[in-house]
Amino acid sequence: MPRRKDLQKIMLIGSGPIVIGQACEFDYSGTQACKALREEGLEIVLVNSNPATIMTDPEMADRTYIEPITAEVCERIIAIEKPDALLPTVGGQTALNAAVELAESGALERHGVELIGAKIDAIKTAEDRELFKKAMDDAGLEMPHGYFVNTLEQAQTHIDELGFPIIVRPSFTMGGSGGGVAYNREEFDRIVARGIELSPIDEVLIEISVLGWKEYELEVMRDLNDNVVIICSIENFDAMGIHTGDSVTVAPAQTLSDKEFQVLRDAAIRVIRRIGVDTGGSNIQFAVDPATGKMVVIEMNPRVSRSSALASKATGFPIAKIAAKLAIGYTLDEIPNDITRETPASFEPTIDYVVTKIPRWAFEKFPGTPDTLDTQMRSVGETMAIGRTFHESFQKGMRSLEVGRSGWGADGKDLDPLRLSDAEVREGLVNPSSQRLFFIKAAMDKGFDVEEIHRLSRVDPWFLDRLVEIFDTGRQIASQDDILTDRGSLHHAKAMGFSDRQLAFLRSTSEDKVRQARHEQGVRPVYKTVDTCAAEFAAYTPYHYSTYEQEDESVSTDRRKIIILGGGPNRIGQGIEFDYCCVHACFALREDGFETIMVNSNPETVSTDYDTADKLYFEPLTVEDVLHIVEHEKPEGVIVQFGGQTPLNLALELEANGVPIIGTSPKSIDLAEDREHFGNLLRELGIRQPENGMARSVEEARAIAQRIGYPVLVRPSYVLGGRAMVTVYDEARLDHYMETAISASPEHPILIDRFLEGAQEFDVDVVADGDIVMIGGIMQHIEHAGVHSGDSACVLPPHDISAQNLETIINQTREMAQALKVIGLMNVQFAIHDEDVYVLEVNPRASRTVPFVSKATGRPLAKIAARVMSGKSLSDQGFSQRIAEVEHVSVKEAVLPFNKFAGADGRLGPEMKSTGEVMGIGATFGEAFLKAQLGAGSMLPSGGKVFLSVNDRDKEGVVDVARRLQQAGFSLIATDGTQVYLARHGIDAERILKIHEGRPHVEDAIRSREICLVINSPQDEQSQHDDTYVRRAAILHGVPYTTTLSGAVAAATGIEALQVSPPQPRAVQDYHRVG
Amino acid sequence: MTTQPRPALIALADGTVFRGQCVAGDGEVFGEMVFNTSMTGYQEILTDPSYAGQLVTMTYPHIGNYGVTPDDDESSQPHVRALIMKQCCRRPSNQRAAMGLIEYLEQHGVLGIEGIDTRQLTRHVRTEGAMNSVVSTTESDADALVERARAWEGLEGRDLAQEVTCDETYVVEPEGEARAHVVAFDFGMKRNIVRKLVEAGCRVTIVPATTTAAEAMALQPDGIFLSNGPGDPRPLHYAIDTAKELIATADLPMFGICLGHEILGLAFGAEIYKLKFGHRGANQPIKEHASDRILITSENHGWGIKGDSLPPMLEITRNNLNDGCVEGFQHRERPIFSIQCHPEASPGPHDSDHLFSYFAELMQRHTA
Repeated sequence: MPRRKDLQKIMLIGSGPIVIGQACEFDYSGTQACKALREEGLEIVLVNSNPATIMTDPEMADRTYIEPITAEVCERIIAIEKPDALLPTVGGQTALNAAVELAESGALERHGVELIGAKIDAIKTAEDRELFKKAMDDAGLEMPHGYFVNTLEQAQTHIDELGFPIIVRPSFTMGGSGGGVAYNREEFDRIVARGIELSPIDEVLIEISVLGWKEYELEVMRDLNDNVVIICSIENFDAMGIHTGDSVTVAPAQTLSDKEFQVLRDAAIRVIRRIGVDTGGSNIQFAVDPATGKMVVIEMNPRVSRSSALASKATGFPIAKIAAKLAIGYTLDEIPNDITRETPASFEPTIDYVVTKIPRWAFEKFPGTPDTLDTQMRSVGETMAIGRTFHESFQKGMRSLEVGRSGWGADGKDLDPLRLSDAEVREGLVNPSSQRLFFIKAAMDKGFDVEEIHRLSRVDPWFLDRLVEIFDTGRQIASQDDILTDRGSLHHAKAMGFSDRQLAFLRSTSEDKVRQARHEQGVRPVYKTVDTCAAEFAAYTPYHYSTYEQEDESVSTDRRKIIILGGGPNRIGQGIEFDYCCVHACFALREDGFETIMVNSNPETVSTDYDTADKLYFEPLTVEDVLHIVEHEKPEGVIVQFGGQTPLNLALELEANGVPIIGTSPKSIDLAEDREHFGNLLRELGIRQPENGMARSVEEARAIAQRIGYPVLVRPSYVLGGRAMVTVYDEARLDHYMETAISASPEHPILIDRFLEGAQEFDVDVVADGDIVMIGGIMQHIEHAGVHSGDSACVLPPHDISAQNLETIINQTREMAQALKVIGLMNVQFAIHDEDVYVLEVNPRASRTVPFVSKATGRPLAKIAARVMSGKSLSDQGFSQRIAEVEHVSVKEAVLPFNKFAGADGRLGPEMKSTGEVMGIGATFGEAFLKAQLGAGSMLPSGGKVFLSVNDRDKEGVVDVARRLQQAGFSLIATDGTQVYLARHGIDAERILKIHEGRPHVEDAIRSREICLVINSPQDEQSQHDDTYVRRAAILHGVPYTTTLSGAVAAATGIEALQVSPPQPRAVQDYHRVG
Repeated sequence: MTTQPRPALIALADGTVFRGQCVAGDGEVFGEMVFNTSMTGYQEILTDPSYAGQLVTMTYPHIGNYGVTPDDDESSQPHVRALIMKQCCRRPSNQRAAMGLIEYLEQHGVLGIEGIDTRQLTRHVRTEGAMNSVVSTTESDADALVERARAWEGLEGRDLAQEVTCDETYVVEPEGEARAHVVAFDFGMKRNIVRKLVEAGCRVTIVPATTTAAEAMALQPDGIFLSNGPGDPRPLHYAIDTAKELIATADLPMFGICLGHEILGLAFGAEIYKLKFGHRGANQPIKEHASDRILITSENHGWGIKGDSLPPMLEITRNNLNDGCVEGFQHRERPIFSIQCHPEASPGPHDSDHLFSYFAELMQRHTA
């Protein structure tokens, strides 16, 4: 069937901000879908609130709405654009939920919009566990036995029958939110109650445990002709009981015989047919009892998913692209396989390597949250590695994680087996945590055998046997004194995935010496190709991975080429924004005729799509792995400033090894990071910095803090995202911090700065070419100093700054860019305190705000900067130093993951905690802020009761906010101090009890949804207990809240704008003339 | 590794040499070097008689993971002469496993070689074609081994079916009353074909490859089945003649799979050709024209029927979507059809499963 001719205009919904469970894989899938549909001449209307996505680049769709993804806003866009169809299956759960709402409210019918890909019944059957269970019964497929309940009392009646452990799954929450495993009555009551609370329909499924069963996923595609193919099978290293997003997963399945695999395949086909997903990809999960081989269906996603992104990268089969083509009527056999060209997409990829995905967690960011893994996803990113064997792929994955490890242990950072008791190791194996893989290593160090490790961890012996082989190889390396001159053994060690760093540690030598020894022995990697077909057909897509074997397939051309180093796994502080910059570098340099070569290890990204760059190396970002590629490709330049901290950490060493790094020199980048040198530079330039000092001991720290005066901001040097950064108000807290932080980062000193309380902060992004410094954009933070810039909302252009201060900021930015000889991007953070301008930080590299500024101003900063680095000056590109003029207002709001971390406090501070961001664009600040809030999932109310409780510093300021809210028709409720203060200023507020004052108290009021907005600025460190409960309650019950006075002011402005009119969607293409 | 690696050499007739380690068996074996891209199913592949005379390279790098179980045997013994792997698993992890792959290979004297860049070997066969090769654990002189690979007479023109067919006729009964009685010519028939026919309600009488038309008809069949089997179909004159005679004299439904399909084609006067490196894997896409459906199939063939050589009374029912190869035909008027791929799967997908009940129905309708 050729493509449907009745479809001309298609609406796509993206997945909104990056949150745990929904990351940039949906930018990857959405971008593919946009490209695939535009190729067909279709007009694309796109809705996504996330500015850091490639899909929201104005070139990707015809009409791009960077607007909140709510049914109301989407309907307004539908009314404006009148699309023929809506494709809801490429934007994750967010898009699917919005589509369901649009269908159920009748909006789609009203506007004559057809749902393509999956019809509403199919979506509902797949998403509603109860309907799904019935459907599986019909299809003759078994699921774990269980019950749907709506109350705790109901749930309790089933405990005896089900028997502990019992699995609790709330209905309709994403990423297993609120689910868990209950081992006893107390846990059961807690998890069930929370699950019911979190479920939008107050329902949870309680079911028998299949903990410890083998877990599999199949990626399935179906076309309108009912053809079904399986794209990939995935086996989880971690058995049932750990969310698949938190599991190490391996493709293809390893421990199933063909007979067993075919049972899964048949079942998967039955599931997709029974659920009735018309076209596109679905992900189906199974559990298999290792003792009997019995198989049960766990669940299905009727859309592309994180796993399908992984499967696409793992096989080379672009699931989202094909899904988009199928949705408009093509059948699988009508779509060519890009990689082989000659063969169609109607086949099942077969692979001749092993792919391992390893999650990246960030528990260290959320003190108070236990580092444990269960059925709710908590990882913030993942890395994927390809090797010819599991050993190689696993170790490559381990060294890609950006947790400071060089592989699976044997790197000097292992848990010390002498300091761990057997009982502690057993505990580490039984209770899964982010450290589990290292506990397995420790268990082997302590002589546990595979059977015991399997019994405790439930990890399949096949995987454990491979780990034993790695472990034994490590022992052999350590004991074989001539290994560095024994070609065979050295080659074997490399083929087992050992990095040069691991070898260096095991041989007590340096990485350089190992590299040299390898070169002497001629032990170098070769590059193989990901080709979907295990070499049965020639591959035309240069998508490569390294391995230690015979034949090298990567043909190095003699074109002018540039390598772009990506950012590795997403983590808090380093997310999609950096991938966005890398992708832009690829696009720009490709357009300019360079051969672009991408190196990255993150399967979720657009940068690792095989058609983003001319050539893709799916490799760890370590000095060793990058040097191999550079030696192989001999590029003209390597770009390190776009991928965030990961490539920057490699820059100096790469340069020392003769790698041609283009753009700002690594030494300049390093200089800006080095407080002492940078301080000297600023003094030379006459630019003011908050008083500061650097301490290597507690005594030094005390002395510096004394000199500067409290409060002070302290942090370790060389960190991204304000890791371990805190504001300290007195010496006792300082001492405590020094003890914990210094141990966290022994090689680097601690930085101490004066904390500019109440200061206004600004971010400036520029592109410089050595001659001109172009100001890309200036943003004013909405939260005052003390909140990490990544967590602070900000507005462009700045709305509250004097002309004089603005000029100072611009001039100082230029001076610093010139002094640092910046070629490419630079970001500066300023603070204005008592009308004095201070420089807080300078980063001569891509910043988190580059995509936001680019979208707000219509100037693609990363592309411009990439061209500058390749030698094309700003004036050659038609740019001057003039700042882009904008008539609209753009607001960026951070999205925080507190709802995923039970026990975490929702307060903002100097350490970054957000996972993603949204953008709101409007004619006024109020409208833009309102849209940003809405995009971030916080619906500012238009009426109701506002709760106020602020600290003494904020009391004066909150009066105006209270008055404005009252005038806007809100009633007010406040705790003792705030209520009295407001009354004194003639504002009536009802009084409510604090939590320790008795009941009903504020938490009760939040819980019973009496309160529609919480304004709660934290008291100082010591007395914040009460506030914590208030904020937690607000997070848990989805009540909008703000913890800063400036946030409250902005909220009031947003509410006033809302009362004038609901936010009006407008396409990005209407804000900027493209070009 | 605990076992002492024994060096092994693989020499291809074009002079290419691979060095690996022997994990099972020893000595020197000649064969045609082919590759199979199935990620699972090594045991079924090993025991599929169609692989007689071949050296099989598995493209998936970890082989042996789930061990070996008698349930998965496709015949009484392995027919592959040497199994070439990147890495062979020492200890299986699967509740079905009765033993490890190495033990199994050892028991049956099949050479198991690991430590090979199987992707390089596969790419070589893809570009240069399946070729005569030799695997040796006794020869250390690569040049000498290459010479022997060149000197080996090869499989073309050899009647391998007679080496793997059953010695005498036997019958397998279905549960309950049989829908139809099939006489199945065994040219190297996989057990799962028998199982599938029986599941479809057929009583199956398996007869040796050289059985004549008269002998077959004497069994009073409701239909004739021509099985899969190894190698070049051309030397099987007796079988082609039998098929011709049955077509001409017996008004019965006929069904051929793989080699059986080629024999049937030859019997109708079609021409065959040797594929460069064959189709061997579990992911081959087939278009079934009648239903306009795509079926993912298991395939294992080195020969094919030339589409333009089919006589007018035959129509093509299936084509391979990768290279257009004829994957099935049927008689325009009579209940005779055949298929190049393996509907019985094992290993591989079950997408073509319906053909067995279709055949049973044809026979039932024909007798009615």
